[in-house]
Amino acid sequence: MRNAFCSAMVALAAEKRFLFMTGDLGFMALEPLRVAMGEHFINAGVAEQNMVSVAAGAASVGEQVWTYSIAPFIYARPFEQIRNDVCLHRFDVKLVGNGGGYGYGVMGATHHALEDYGVLCALQTMSVFVPAFAADVAPIVARMAVDPIPGYLRLGRCELPAGWVLPDYKPWRYMLTGERGVLVVVGPNAGSVLAAASLLSARERPHIWILSELPVAAGSIPPACLEQIRSGSALFVLEEHVAQGSAGQMLAYALLECGMLPTRFKHFHARGYLSGRYGSQNFHRAENGIDAGSVLAEIRKIEP
Amino acid sequence: MATLAGDGDNTYLSDFFNKLTGIGDAQVDLNATLSCGCQNMSSIPSDSEPAFFVNQPTVLKAKRRLLRMHFESGVGHIGGNLSALDAMLHLHCEVMDENDLFVLSKGHAAGALYVTLWAQGLINDEQLSTFHKDDTFLAAHPAAHWHRHILFATGSLGHGLGLAAGAALGKRLRRQDGTVFCLLSDGECEEGSIWEALLFAHHQKLANLVALVDANGLQGFGSTREVASLEPLADKLRGLGLSVLEIDGHSPAALSAALVKRGDGPQIIVLRTVKGHGVSFMEGKMEWHYLPLEPEQYEQALRELGE
Repeated sequence: MRNAFCSAMVALAAEKRFLFMTGDLGFMALEPLRVAMGEHFINAGVAEQNMVSVAAGAASVGEQVWTYSIAPFIYARPFEQIRNDVCLHRFDVKLVGNGGGYGYGVMGATHHALEDYGVLCALQTMSVFVPAFAADVAPIVARMAVDPIPGYLRLGRCELPAGWVLPDYKPWRYMLTGERGVLVVVGPNAGSVLAAASLLSARERPHIWILSELPVAAGSIPPACLEQIRSGSALFVLEEHVAQGSAGQMLAYALLECGMLPTRFKHFHARGYLSGRYGSQNFHRAENGIDAGSVLAEIRKIEP
Repeated sequence: MATLAGDGDNTYLSDFFNKLTGIGDAQVDLNATLSCGCQNMSSIPSDSEPAFFVNQPTVLKAKRRLLRMHFESGVGHIGGNLSALDAMLHLHCEVMDENDLFVLSKGHAAGALYVTLWAQGLINDEQLSTFHKDDTFLAAHPAAHWHRHILFATGSLGHGLGLAAGAALGKRLRRQDGTVFCLLSDGECEEGSIWEALLFAHHQKLANLVALVDANGLQGFGSTREVASLEPLADKLRGLGLSVLEIDGHSPAALSAALVKRGDGPQIIVLRTVKGHGVSFMEGKMEWHYLPLEPEQYEQALRELGE
């Protein structure tokens, strides 16, 4: 999604004024944006705490500021700067993290972001966007750009199945009908899930929804999704994020607020590093049981 | 009576005066009083009335008001407020104009900022009397959103300089006039984010940024020498390529000369100050980072500050 992000930012730069800061990342990805933005593109160096404080300071005099790094380096290292400098003041600062979840694979745990949006959603005034596909990035960028509040964009690897025609971007999208409950997927893993689920009959697969914006509020859940859950379906949530602070927890909480109890709730989420060994993003998904095959197999074990 | 740095009794001043360089070497008229940079008034207001200019009696008045705030609220942080107050008053009333911005990075000197704004008539006495109490905007560390001259909520050390650098960068990109002034503590310079900000400001040549370091030499649980071998701080800063002045932070003349100096990058001013400045039993004492005033101490302090 990096290239889609760069293209979206180049397009945005043609429309409005903003400042872009990178924490010394973007090689072979952000060069077109650097050219397009001139003095408004700044490499802030390997100093993410300062980058976020500078962003907040620039926002205080009217700039919209986008900051960019590998996901853990944009939310974890400068967390206090995000909390104090950005969110306490509700400044128009955007955080863009590339490689959410296990996206950086064998680069290791320090480069993974398994608790990013849970941490950030705990901050007042923060909005989180998790595109599932590269095509989601442009509409999300456009949406973030017009909303002058703190925002976090978690980028990943687009896994759109060949031949799929995506519906227009929405925070919630109904992607596939099914009869084995409701599966809500957060993030790019949705592409692999759709590819695998589309090979199954409707009786063997769940309804599949994609959720791309957090936090989840009770009023934001689409009525059709609520109706599917209300009609007695089990609810499944899949995400590349630990359980604490996850979309699954937010969704369960929101449903409780609505007075709804799914007949069954199963959460497919990241559990860290179970074997202590490292590998590709797919290796970690499989080890955590959050790869498409494992998830759909688990769901098929459950009586419809 | 302990005195301001402009008076004759300088026994509390450490030997750094012998080592001052640059403008700090200038022979300062120690009896000089400040001319009025803000709205002039013909008489000195009472303690409950804001002043609109800074001169020596008004500095003393502001210090007394600062102590009253802390005494009435029963709270500490007095020492680091008194080390910074001379510079803050001077900066706000003699140097800054409507295009300039101020960032208090050493947020525990919020009391000094509130009193400075009070001295300018930007906070009234009623507001000041709510300091540190329930239902106040005047928290022990600055809060966001309530006063246009308090730009950022600070208090966690190491944030202000990056914020100030960002404001300076933003002003430059927007072709706005004015300078961003940021006040740090010396202990705060142990935060890595300060050095990130210094590198950034220097590299970006933020000539509209002035960082003042209130170098009173004391921090939370020891001296800056004991805790971090922080000295020679000015040399360390110069080692980054920064333009650094080292002055008496209680000297109006030195402040006047230093605060208007600009180069082609950020200007750093190390203010050699005394913690608890102006109150004999507080001066140079680490414990006055924490202690509230007892009634008899309060009375003595007021006397020493000219009441």
